[in-house]
Amino acid sequence: MGQGNGTSHIDVRYVADLARLELTDEEVEKFQGELESVLTYVDTLSRLDLSDIEPTAHANPQANVWREDGASESMCRDDVIRNAPDSAEGKYIRVPPIIEE
Amino acid sequence: MEYEAVIGLEVHLQVRTASKIFCSCANRFGEEPNTLVCPVCLGYPGVLPAVNKQAITKTIAAGMMCNCEIAGYSKFDRKNYFYPDMPKNYQISQYDLPLCQNGSVRIEGVGFSGDEIPRRHIGVRRIHLEEDVAKSIHVGSYSVIDFNRAGVPLMEIVSEPDMTSPDEAHAYLTELKQMMHYADISDCDMEKGQMRCDVNVSVRAVDNPGFGTKVEIKNLNSFRAVHRALSYEIERQKELLEESAAVEQETRRWNDEEGVTTLMRTKEEAHDYRYFPEPDLMPLQISADMREEIRRNLPESPASRRERFVQEYAITAYDAQVLTGEKALADFFEEAAAASSAPKRVANVIMTEFLGWLGDQGKTVRESPVGPEAIRELVSLVENETISMKIAKDVFSEMMETGKAPGDIVEEKGLQQVTDQSVIESYLQQVVQENPSVVDDYKSGKEKALKYLVGQVMKLSQGKANPQQVNDRLRDMLSQ
Ligand SMILES: [Zn+2]
Repeated sequence: MGQGNGTSHIDVRYVADLARLELTDEEVEKFQGELESVLTYVDTLSRLDLSDIEPTAHANPQANVWREDGASESMCRDDVIRNAPDSAEGKYIRVPPIIEE
Repeated sequence: MEYEAVIGLEVHLQVRTASKIFCSCANRFGEEPNTLVCPVCLGYPGVLPAVNKQAITKTIAAGMMCNCEIAGYSKFDRKNYFYPDMPKNYQISQYDLPLCQNGSVRIEGVGFSGDEIPRRHIGVRRIHLEEDVAKSIHVGSYSVIDFNRAGVPLMEIVSEPDMTSPDEAHAYLTELKQMMHYADISDCDMEKGQMRCDVNVSVRAVDNPGFGTKVEIKNLNSFRAVHRALSYEIERQKELLEESAAVEQETRRWNDEEGVTTLMRTKEEAHDYRYFPEPDLMPLQISADMREEIRRNLPESPASRRERFVQEYAITAYDAQVLTGEKALADFFEEAAAASSAPKRVANVIMTEFLGWLGDQGKTVRESPVGPEAIRELVSLVENETISMKIAKDVFSEMMETGKAPGDIVEEKGLQQVTDQSVIESYLQQVVQENPSVVDDYKSGKEKALKYLVGQVMKLSQGKANPQQVNDRLRDMLSQ
C-alpha cells in the first residue's frame, strides 16, 4: 500500500496528496504515528488462522439488496439550487472553470 | 517495412431503465437541467444508494449477448477522485469483480470502407456497471453542472486489443450497438451521449514481436469519426516509425472538421483511484436461476440471424447484413419473407424500394404506413404475373402513400397485366406499322431497335403487357 520506506504501512504525504490535503511536517509526523497504529492493529488478523473463513466483500452476510426499477418524483429544482454553493441561470450549479480532462 | 495496427476500444453505454441506478430519479434524456435529481444522485452526505435490479439484469444480458462469463459473485467499489461532475468524490463502479468477463463479439461482412472483413472474434475483456457522472458545460471563466445524467446506469465494455484496422473497429462497434438494440439494453444514441467510445491504438512493425506505444484518442462522436480518426492516427504513427522517431504515449483529441488528431496531454503518472468495496451496498449473488431467466429472454443475436436468413431465405450474406442491421427491419423482413414463395424478391423490394422510400421520407421501419404483409402481397402479385415489375413500382408508391393493400390498388386501377394474346397482338401490329424505319434498323441487325419497339408496346399497354412476352413475340414477328 504505502510508497516509500519498507517497514511502514502508510505513506502519509502520498495519501494526503491524493486526498488534496496539505499537511505540515508536524501533522505528517502525528498522523504517521496514529495511522501506523491503526494499521498495525489490523495486522492482528494475520495472526489468526483464517483458512476456514470464506473471503467476503462485506461484513454483513446479506446479498442482492436491490429495488425494482421504477421512477418517482425528484427534488424541486429551487431547493437544489438553494443547496448549491453557487448557481447560474437559476438552473445550473456553478463551479470554478473545469480544465478539460 | 510492413506495419500493423493494434486497436482496443473502451465503450461506455447507458443502460435504458425507468429510473437511475442508485435512486428513483427518472433516467431520461433532454429534460430541463437539474430537474431529475435527488440527494442520492447529487451526492449529499449521509444518503444511501439502493441498486436498481433492472440495471443489473440488463448488464448481465449485455454480457450474455457478448458471450461473456457471468459472475456468480460480484460487488460494487468506490473509485475515488476529485472532479465537479462527481461531488461525493467517488464514483460507484466495479473494480475486481465485474458482472461479466471474457466474452467475444463476432465481426464479418462488408466493412465501412467497402472492403470485406474476414470473420473474426474480438475479445471482450470485461463489462462492468457503474453510475454515470454529471454533465459539465464550460462557459469560459466558470463551468456549470447538470446532474440529470448523474446516476444513470452506465456499462463500461472493454475490448481486448484485438482489432487491426479501422474497418474492424467500426464493425465491432456496429455489432455491439446492434446487439444492445436487439436485446433492448441501450438506445446507443451517440448524439445523446448514450454511447461513448475511447480508442487505444498502437502501430508496430510486423516482424517486431513487441507492442508499439499506445495512443489514446478522445472526442469520438460517431462510428465514422472512430474510423477516420483511426485511419489518420495509424498513418501518423507509421510515418513516425519510418522516420525512426518515437511515438509518444499520449492522449490525442480527434478534430472532426479538420480530420486530424491533436495532442491533448502526455501520459501523466497512472491514476491511483484507491478502489475499495462500497460499504453501502451489499454484494451481488447471481444465481443460476437468475442467469437462466435472463438467458431465456434474450433475442436471437444479429449474427445468428444473419446466418439463418442466408440459409432459410436464400439471400446473399450482404442482403442479410443489411436486413439485420436493425431488429425492427429484420422482424419486418422475416414476417414478409416467411410466408412468401419468393423471399429473395421480398428482400430486394425491402432493400431497394422500401428502405429507399423510408430514407426519402426520413421515417423508421416502425413508422412505415404498411406492414410486412403488404410487401409480401406485392411480391406475390409479381410472382403470379398479375402485374409486371414496372407496374409493381407504381403500386408500391401508391400503397406507401395511401396505406392501401396492393391487391386493392391493382383492382381499383385495373393494373392487371394484359395476358390476352389478341390484345397484345393488336398492340404489336400498331407499333410495327407506326415505326417502319425502326423495324428496318432491327432487320439490318441493330439489336437496340428491338428494345425501342418493346418500349413502345409497353407504353401502348400502359405498362400492363408482359415485357418478356412482348419481346419474344416481336422477335418472332420480325424474323418472319
Ligand atoms: Zn436521484
